[in-house]
Amino acid sequence: MTLTAGSNLEKILKSGQKAVTCECGPPRGADAEHFRHKAAFLKDCADAVNVTDNQTAVVRFCSLAACTILMDMGIEPLMQMVTRDMNRIALQSNVLGAAAVGIKNLLCLTGDHNSFGDHPQSKNVHDLDSVQLLDCVRRMRDEGKMISGTEVDGRPAMFIGAAANPFADPFEFRVVRMAKKIQAGAQFIQTQCIYDMDRFSKFMEMANDMGLTEKCFIMAGITPFKSVGMANYMKKFVPGIIVPDEYITRLKGVPKDKVAEEGIKIAVEQIQQCLEMKGVAGIHLMAIEWEERAPEILKAAGLLPRPKV
Amino acid sequence: MIVGTRKPLAEIQDMLKGFDRILLSGCDTCVAECVAGGRKEVAELAAALRMAFQMAGREVDIRENSVDRQCIHEFLLDVVEQAESAQAVLSLACGAGVQALAAHLPEIPVFPALNTLFIGETAERGLWLENCRGCGDCLLGLTGGICPVTRCAKSLLNGPCGGPKNGLCEINLAREFNPEVPCAWLQIYERLMALGQLDRLMQVARPKDWSQGDAGGPRRVLRPDQRP
Repeated sequence: MTLTAGSNLEKILKSGQKAVTCECGPPRGADAEHFRHKAAFLKDCADAVNVTDNQTAVVRFCSLAACTILMDMGIEPLMQMVTRDMNRIALQSNVLGAAAVGIKNLLCLTGDHNSFGDHPQSKNVHDLDSVQLLDCVRRMRDEGKMISGTEVDGRPAMFIGAAANPFADPFEFRVVRMAKKIQAGAQFIQTQCIYDMDRFSKFMEMANDMGLTEKCFIMAGITPFKSVGMANYMKKFVPGIIVPDEYITRLKGVPKDKVAEEGIKIAVEQIQQCLEMKGVAGIHLMAIEWEERAPEILKAAGLLPRPKV
Repeated sequence: MIVGTRKPLAEIQDMLKGFDRILLSGCDTCVAECVAGGRKEVAELAAALRMAFQMAGREVDIRENSVDRQCIHEFLLDVVEQAESAQAVLSLACGAGVQALAAHLPEIPVFPALNTLFIGETAERGLWLENCRGCGDCLLGLTGGICPVTRCAKSLLNGPCGGPKNGLCEINLAREFNPEVPCAWLQIYERLMALGQLDRLMQVARPKDWSQGDAGGPRRVLRPDQRP
């Protein structure tokens, strides 16, 4: 097995076993205890835990700091970075710093537009886009060079990932864009939350046909519904998500105190359906502010205990 | 052309506090096209100010002037002469026009009546769109004549991002736009498809040199062949 970073996540994916990542968002303040509390639920459930980077353009404590907290807890972090808020100087600096403190997994994103967040008056940066950041990190790691051509003194050993959204427009271009990210340096992909199974299945077929699943590990993104309100909100207001009405009907069809259970049941079914699809290398579970329910979802889906490699 | 919109009357009145002889100076090119600062708008603003000052019990002498291009010094001689008898000038030009006029009037304050917005086009009657950001390194030849730096909300060079739905940019979900903002990368995709050039989108676009744009400090064009 040739390893680029030697992270737990990389080893599990390269061993051919289905991998699991979970998401944990830092709080909107300096309360590290709250973050530790949420992360503790994920400790033995995930091969690596994604730490979001000011998701939906809302200020939270920074991804790099949160990743070090996870490492202190014995949890492998997967640091997310968006190109919205930092220029190439800050981005490269953060990649080097992250590698220096021992972070080995990195997810390169563009990020939601700043008009979604709590500081819509901010100046957005977008010096690089996500594809260029992937390319930049790969070059720093493999060629030892920054974008400027400057030699790096100590190459950042990163297992590099990207996001893919099979549900945005134009559908035919979605796999092509993922191929572009793989070409730029993505070794694994975590998809946007999947609810439209048919469309995801079609996306995977196209990825298999293009040989992309041979070059890259595709992890299916799952977010359980906590309530009917959340399902409706995701359908209407979250960029790039398709929520078929059948799920909303299902959630509405059970007594109010059983909606959460139904949401979990749906998530377990979705995980199982995704894992049956050819080319799906693992699951990325984004139980948003519901980390405590991640263990039972993964257990019911047959993904626990996690393998040791 | 340069597109701008007029500041609220109250803000303009506040800027002109304490001046009794004011010259309004319009510009009859770009800002006339976007119905913000041409001859007609000068007349309208003058009337509105006269009424507002009158209601506030102030006697203010307001004169009107307009030139073809306030950003070109040769056009300014007439307005400079007229400004000499004024205590303040209110320019309805873009920011470049305001500054060119101010440079000619070292002892008279020049105030902006407009907020200058962007380089754009008149898309429809009453609708102006931003479509050039003056980045200094034009990519339109590669992107089917549609600028991603300006028209993509994230200025992506390797778009589209994961946000567009039904042909629309994700920012429509954050804020109400009427008409809605299309996804520029979807437009680029369709245009390149029509041109048989979709393979262009397979190549990774390298990081852009923004130093040719506003990241490089104040820009200038110096043409030795045009110098006196």
